[in-house]
Amino acid sequence: MPEFTDLLFFVFAGLTLLFGFLCVANPLSRNPVTSAMFLVLTIISMAGLFVLLHAFFLAAVQILVYAGAVMVVFLFVIMLLDLKEEARRKLNRVALTAGVLAVSGLAAILVRAVTAARPAALALKAGPLAEGDTAPLGRILFQSYLLPFEILSILLLVAMVGVILLSKKDLR
Amino acid sequence: MTKVVDRKPLSFYERTYVPALWEGLKVTARHFKRSVQGHNTAKELGEGYYPEVPWRVSEGYRGAPYLVRDQDGHTKCVSCQLCEFVCPPKAIRITPPGPDGPPADRPNAEKMPREFEINMLRCIFCGLCQEVCPEEAIFLEDHYSLTGLTREEMVFDKERLLKLGGVHAGTQKWKNKLEEAAAQESFPVATH
Amino acid sequence: MFETLFSDPTVQFIAFSTVKILVVFGVVMTFVAYAVLVERKVSAFIQDRVGPNRTAPPFVMKIPVIGPFLVRCGIFQPMADGLKFILKEDFTPDYVRKVYFWLAPAIAVIPAFLTLAVIPFGSQLSAGPGAQKMVIADLNVGILYTFGIVSLGVYGIVLAGWSSNSKYPFLGGIRSSAQMISYELAMGMSVVAVFLVVGDLNLGKIVRFQAEHGWMILYQPVAFLLFLVSAFAETNRLPFDMPESESELVGGYHTEYSSMKFALFFLGEYANMIASSAMMVTLFLGGWSLPFLGEPAGSLWGGLLHLGIFVAKMLVMLVVFIWVRWMLPRFRYDQLMDLGWRRFIPLALANIVVTALVLALVDGWGKGT
Ligand code: SF4
Ligand code: SF4
Repeated sequence: MPEFTDLLFFVFAGLTLLFGFLCVANPLSRNPVTSAMFLVLTIISMAGLFVLLHAFFLAAVQILVYAGAVMVVFLFVIMLLDLKEEARRKLNRVALTAGVLAVSGLAAILVRAVTAARPAALALKAGPLAEGDTAPLGRILFQSYLLPFEILSILLLVAMVGVILLSKKDLR
Repeated sequence: MTKVVDRKPLSFYERTYVPALWEGLKVTARHFKRSVQGHNTAKELGEGYYPEVPWRVSEGYRGAPYLVRDQDGHTKCVSCQLCEFVCPPKAIRITPPGPDGPPADRPNAEKMPREFEINMLRCIFCGLCQEVCPEEAIFLEDHYSLTGLTREEMVFDKERLLKLGGVHAGTQKWKNKLEEAAAQESFPVATH
Repeated sequence: MFETLFSDPTVQFIAFSTVKILVVFGVVMTFVAYAVLVERKVSAFIQDRVGPNRTAPPFVMKIPVIGPFLVRCGIFQPMADGLKFILKEDFTPDYVRKVYFWLAPAIAVIPAFLTLAVIPFGSQLSAGPGAQKMVIADLNVGILYTFGIVSLGVYGIVLAGWSSNSKYPFLGGIRSSAQMISYELAMGMSVVAVFLVVGDLNLGKIVRFQAEHGWMILYQPVAFLLFLVSAFAETNRLPFDMPESESELVGGYHTEYSSMKFALFFLGEYANMIASSAMMVTLFLGGWSLPFLGEPAGSLWGGLLHLGIFVAKMLVMLVVFIWVRWMLPRFRYDQLMDLGWRRFIPLALANIVVTALVLALVDGWGKGT
């Protein structure tokens, strides 16, 4: 049923955009927690897009890591800080225009990149990732891209150690 | 004197929680087995089960606070409103008699409350009112099962409180005071 | 016309899925109700009490012998409880953040039920290639899906705590978010070793592997223990019920809730228990298989037998959950965190490394698929 999947794509894409918009500029509520919750919804609808691409692993990890862990920590911090100030602030016109400009610039780049790389994108579709199983993904990560992967891990480790160092007040 | 108990450092085996878990398992399993065989606390005490057989209230139980009368059947409360003041959840509401209200119904008191209400839905049975009362007029008695169908019903007024409280002839504060005072007359005070 | 309609595989798929979803939902709801009863009975017995033994619809006591016995067992208690929850005054305090206050109970319940979608409850109900598998969604990344959904469950609690806008629920919510994140890590890492052995993330295949090679608990006892303890933490059960902890936080995140909204949290907790019991049975205790009953069922009766085996194992795990609650005191919060981060995560990592090493050295072991 290709039409059905296409329809779903538009549904999820639309939801992603809608939730994303509500996350940054919600006309009804300026509450940071509401924004965070909309970000969670954005992430979940993006996971839906991944599912449509048959990238189940990515979808699951997207939800698990971003919606389930990172955003909870976000929420945690927002709640503890109790940002009343933020909730009271009205939409700032300058910030809004700047934001719109930045987003449209990014969108232009994206559109340009996608249209330019059309054949390559098509080629990717036939690649081993199409089925979205974990085994081929693992093989790619740990064989073809082992070095970048390890470098990334080291980077994360360094960041982690750095955070611990920074948050520890008395360095002995 | 403080007694210092040294804490023994736990061994590695103990720190894995395994022995504690095992002991807990044994204890609970033992009780479970006994219960399945038909033992339970109520039976062992030789009593029945609750709604049929009322619960045996033990000494010193803090139930609902009631007003009491003295040995002559007089209201002991003198409407000092200390209990109203101390009550943490503000369960007590006292209406004092006012300047030209009726006098107290007993000789050694100036006044008594015109109305005295305790909202049993608010009361937390803390016993502070009993503790603060200078007249020993309010006591937490052994009623533990207060039920009502409306909120209004659970606000006990003076009549009801006095009726439920009954007579506390044993605690006769003024008699004690008199005796104390009498004893003081002849107190051997050194008069130089 | 019916014939032609049902020969279409899509229609068949949808029909069977709907039936499976409805059945699983109904069964789990019943389980939840009776898990509460079992909880009350077990706790009563452990504490030398009798437990619920009075609720009786008017006609039941008339039945000789069986009637009074059923009443003594408290069989009708869950119905009375349910009725009471529905009829109670649904009170929304004035100071709460209304939208989230209403949303939170729903968010707390839904993930618990969604997790059940990937659990293979049985093998199949008939033989042949067209046989419907006894799982609602046969995902290739089943376990990751579960973890993803479970990790969303924390939002219900966090939002409930925050939206109640009073201090005890808030503390409960904060505690739970920290606790759930911590133990999710330990839980996730403990199962990695299982997947190393099996070589697949599909829960159905994991059960097949166990049916052929023996239960996973034999290969991975450490992983099982880690998973079990983490499951207690994830479902907020004693000894890790920090978010609730009646004695210090009143009722934790659901202090301000009443009536059906409270019942939803309650339901969520028990549904979570059922889901994690089912997960443990699937991952470590051989799912629907028994050591001598490993073949996928070829007939309706065989399929039902497998279902029964699965449910029986799940019930055993549920009783373990309940028993532990009445056995252990609550951990202190720092002890809980210490256990999670400084004991379990290193242990789980070590378990992964050791498993991988053994797999690499012992050729031919664990190449299940
Ligand atoms: S027992 Fe405590 S709460 Fe109750 S009326 Fe007395 S002071 Fe108030
Ligand atoms: S009950 Fe006692 S404390 Fe309360 S008003 Fe009467 S005399 Fe005062």
